Amino acid sequence: MKKVVFFALTILAIALLAGFLAACKNGATATGNKSSGTAGENKNSSTPATGNKGNSTAPTGEGSKGEITVYTALEDEQVEEYLKAFNTRYPDIKVSIVRESTGVITAKLLAEKNNPQADLVWGTAASSLLALDEQGMLEPYAPAGVDGILAKFKSGKAVPTWTGIDVWETAFVINTVEIGKLGLKASDIKSYDDLLRPELKGHVVMPNPASSGTGLLTVTGILQLEGKGTDAGWQYLDKLHQNISQYVHSGSKPAKMAGSGECAVGISFGYAGIQRLRAGEPVAVVFPSNGSGWDLEANALIKKNKISAAAKTFLDWAISEEAMGLYKENYPILANGKGGRYDGFANDPVDQLIDNDLLWVANNRDNILEEWARRFDGKSVPR
Amino acid sequence: MKNRVRQWCSGFRWGQFLVLAFCLLALSTVLVLPLFALFSKAFLNKADMFVGIDNYIKYFKTPALSTSVLNTIDIAFWSTLFSVVLGFLYAFALTRTHIKGKAVFKYMAMIPIFTPTVIHALGLVYMFGNQGILTRAGLFPFELYGRLGIIISEVIFTFPQAFLLFFVALEFSDGRLYEAADSMGASPLRKLFRITLPEMKYTLINAVFVCFTLAFTDFGAPKVIGGSFSVLATDIYKQVAGQFNFNMGAVVGTLLLIPAVMSFIVDRLVSSRNASAVNARSTKLVVGKSVPRDILCFSFCMLVTLFLLFMVAMLFVGGLTEGYPYNLSLTLNNFLFNQSTGGIDSFFNSLKMALASAGFGTAFVFIYAYMMEKASGFNGLRKYGRLLSVLPLALPGMVIGISFIFFFNSPTNPLNFIYGTLAILVVSNILHYFSVPFFTANGCLKKLDKEFEGIAESMGVPRLKTFLWVSVPLSLPAIMEIFMYFFVNAMVTVSAVVFLYSADFKIAAIAITHMEEAGSFGQAAAMSLLILLINVVVRVLYEAGMAIFRHRANRKESTV
Repeated sequence: MKKVVFFALTILAIALLAGFLAACKNGATATGNKSSGTAGENKNSSTPATGNKGNSTAPTGEGSKGEITVYTALEDEQVEEYLKAFNTRYPDIKVSIVRESTGVITAKLLAEKNNPQADLVWGTAASSLLALDEQGMLEPYAPAGVDGILAKFKSGKAVPTWTGIDVWETAFVINTVEIGKLGLKASDIKSYDDLLRPELKGHVVMPNPASSGTGLLTVTGILQLEGKGTDAGWQYLDKLHQNISQYVHSGSKPAKMAGSGECAVGISFGYAGIQRLRAGEPVAVVFPSNGSGWDLEANALIKKNKISAAAKTFLDWAISEEAMGLYKENYPILANGKGGRYDGFANDPVDQLIDNDLLWVANNRDNILEEWARRFDGKSVPR
Repeated sequence: MKNRVRQWCSGFRWGQFLVLAFCLLALSTVLVLPLFALFSKAFLNKADMFVGIDNYIKYFKTPALSTSVLNTIDIAFWSTLFSVVLGFLYAFALTRTHIKGKAVFKYMAMIPIFTPTVIHALGLVYMFGNQGILTRAGLFPFELYGRLGIIISEVIFTFPQAFLLFFVALEFSDGRLYEAADSMGASPLRKLFRITLPEMKYTLINAVFVCFTLAFTDFGAPKVIGGSFSVLATDIYKQVAGQFNFNMGAVVGTLLLIPAVMSFIVDRLVSSRNASAVNARSTKLVVGKSVPRDILCFSFCMLVTLFLLFMVAMLFVGGLTEGYPYNLSLTLNNFLFNQSTGGIDSFFNSLKMALASAGFGTAFVFIYAYMMEKASGFNGLRKYGRLLSVLPLALPGMVIGISFIFFFNSPTNPLNFIYGTLAILVVSNILHYFSVPFFTANGCLKKLDKEFEGIAESMGVPRLKTFLWVSVPLSLPAIMEIFMYFFVNAMVTVSAVVFLYSADFKIAAIAITHMEEAGSFGQAAAMSLLILLINVVVRVLYEAGMAIFRHRANRKESTV
């Protein structure tokens, strides 16, 4: 008798588990329905329906309907704003967004390589897209208007595998109160060499190039400024290391730390600094006079069995005048060269950029990081 | 013929075997197979060619990387020492004294697991950072960022875990031993060292390994507050999310398993000599009177509580003001979350996920622990099962997340359909938080006399009946504790689910990380307050339920 009961219990447990899994699936779908109003069962399905020819206001055709999954590293708030514009134009395309920091979203994309979930990548570091391209994960696609994108801001292939939208670049974020306590003024810090001033010893925070894209573009920027393949860049970094209090794992964190006074100078990127200014924190944002290292926020189509026409529509829109106009508010350096300025900055930010060789960076990335770790990582002993 | 089949059947315990097999199969599927998918990469190069142990040689040849190994051991050692001592004292104060406000103190101890870890780090920065309140007052002349910051964070993070393990164990004790000691005139100290501590041996070892392993593998604190101090978990992050090198990431991941495997070996050595403490004849412990003891314990609890309260105080300030620190007028606007981070929906999604994780997790873990402890025979399978049960503790969320992608997203996997659904989040939570509940259940079941099963069997009572009518009721406090553990952790977890959540199902803890990243501190604090609140509410409901249960149990006892 007891065996029968136990056996029944086992069956029950298995049935319960199966039922639960099914229930969960439905649950997730239901949520999708609620938020979008469209059926969410096949959120990755890419069957584009033919547009309604009778409707004259909304764009019609193969690519104007459907559901796409977009992976992005853009900020949450930017995504919301940009998507609103997209959906006004293409109300019949349902866009599911997965937004994470650059490192996480890239790792997720690479891990999903054998069964890609994303239809396209939007606003994610070009250095990440190069890593995806190396793995053969990108589908070449020339979005409408790609000719308007400057050559250095898109993939060099005949049919580009990725297309840049805007640029982010090294900037120093200086806490005006804290630097005053050190006997300096924010205006004393203009170039990389100024960061070596003895007063700043232990007051500079910088992102670790091994974990942050901003760290990488800053380090490779310095190496290129001082001369590719020479030792001068490393010698500078050796000296800078004396003033660094910590190497952190995120590019925007030094800006936030400077904003809250946790450090006097944070080496970060332009937008992160401008955000601190907008938040009313006592900071000055300085673009180094010798030039900033930079990387692109870029888009790419993911190679998969069924490529959605709606994904192409999205990529076309994502470099359109309308989209570029929206990006400009946050990142004034646009990939089409028609950018604006940072609020309160007189200079054209494009002049600020160094002559960056993205391919050189990609090819030497491993060696550079190894050398960087050899010099500085091992020394990160407690004080 | 029928008789012979019957006999053979009763010789081989089919029921137990099937349940045991189901447990092991389920855990193997979500633990061993995904891990294999990831860790096999440790022996491949980037082009997926087999390279033997080349990756390991490379790792240990890089001085910067092998420094991390020593750093990690260093911080794990100190964190464990402090957590275990503090956790034991706190649990002792709450179970073996007559101090007032025990219920409140118990909630307070759990503040750290009621809020996402990013909030602890923010709290520490507000207290001890370069602009921190205590630093500015000159009370903290040390550098927070780095080793010290990590150790403080890990102590805060692991203290509740140690406390809970000790709490359950101390509450659950045989009063007769103390009565006997009293009648022989033993001093309180003598009782502590001769009865309480030996009785706690198993829990103590578990607590040490839980704290050590958690501190050994935690990524949150080193990332936010660790400065340049590199540990194994930040190495994984650098390899996977910084350099997209899964092979090296897998190498580091396998190294993180070492403490868990060691704990398995120790567990084998200890549990073979562990006699059950509560048996069919046990009585409830009556706590004696001692004023100095109570005063000492009360001040200690007060100190810990104030520290933890201080840490979350800024949640209230941040969540309920317009724009801390420049505009301190009160507002509820922070609770109108931006749609972009999932809005208030993310909170309800989290709630749904936490309830499912807690419900299914508790049932699974308790049955699993029961089979490990009480099944008769099947020693090989049970040994395997025990090994499996300690491994999840050693897995950083990132390893679980990535290995789940590799395994469940594979188009050839029949379980592929759960990818991108709530189910995979629930499964990952149950796996991620499996070990501590397992220890809780195991420690509790260990103390139940095997006699119960023996008597029941000899009386022909089916095992299921013994399980439902003896083991479950006697273990109810532990079961509820397990439920709570799964629930609160699922509410605040980020590291694994961040790789697995889908566009349609955003969750609150991830939203908080995004808000913090975007600098919307007010909203992050407001959302954390909601999580804190729901965790407290669930806890209150649980305590109320337990009170009713105890009341009934007492009434039954008195009528018998």
